Amino acid sequence: MSQVPLSHILFVSTALFFIGMYGLFTRRNLITMLMSVELILNSVNINFVAFNKYLYPDKLEGVFFSLFIVAIAAAEAAVAIAIIINLYRNFHSIDVEDAEDMKF
Amino acid sequence: MSVSAVIFYIVSFFILATGLLAVTSRKIFRSAIWLLFSLTGVAGLYFWLQMEFIAAVQIVVYVGGIVVLIIFSIFLTQQSGKDLPAPVRSRTVFSVLSVCAGFILTCLILRQFAFGRSVLPIEQRRLMTDDGVAGPGVDASVGNIGSQLLSTSEHGYVLPFEVISILLLAAMVGCIVIAIKTKPEEK
Repeated sequence: MSQVPLSHILFVSTALFFIGMYGLFTRRNLITMLMSVELILNSVNINFVAFNKYLYPDKLEGVFFSLFIVAIAAAEAAVAIAIIINLYRNFHSIDVEDAEDMKF
Repeated sequence: MSVSAVIFYIVSFFILATGLLAVTSRKIFRSAIWLLFSLTGVAGLYFWLQMEFIAAVQIVVYVGGIVVLIIFSIFLTQQSGKDLPAPVRSRTVFSVLSVCAGFILTCLILRQFAFGRSVLPIEQRRLMTDDGVAGPGVDASVGNIGSQLLSTSEHGYVLPFEVISILLLAAMVGCIVIAIKTKPEEK
């Protein structure tokens, strides 16, 4: 493990973050946009754990942040899917272009 | 290059490749399956970092919970055999440009800080901090995480823990309220 510098792990998490950003920009389906958000949250988690492991090896703060992020991500996914299903019931589509009733 | 470094590069290539397939695949069900592989790869990365507990949490919550939820909602809302419509060409081009610009900018900033050279490998750190005050390496065992999570002392996390439990309860009630079907006679 000591052979790999910290910056390589940070490069991986940065690449994962921007892959998620690309998905968020190009997709127009609510479920696939939710998947991109999950990828972004995962890249942040990798960062927290890697910083904890490499820079502060005697503490556990990064692990706790990752655990709380995972819990919040689970709650967020459940609420988002409830909203998506309700939206599908009303509009018969989960495309963001079709759900523009509240658009100003 | 040691075996562990090779494993790291294989795992990270796996994560990035399946993540890219997850955001570019035109069939939504395949996209969800690629997302599942990517999240499993992230769990493998945690195992590689010797954070077993958080890897287990990653597998249980993401792979066992969120991806299954996403697949259920795909079955409820989509005809999963149909292709998704292709994104508009100009939007794809501009997204690729902006994402590449952001990636290059972040990589330049990362190189400026040069974590790779300033950070000592774990083995050397272990020798340095071997004075009995700071434990060698991370003690990320389940017992240690649990006792720190519920301790009320200076580095305890009991308040965020309780806040998270309230948040989960609120999210659960909110999901039921949002997704409940109103009876036709009430309309």
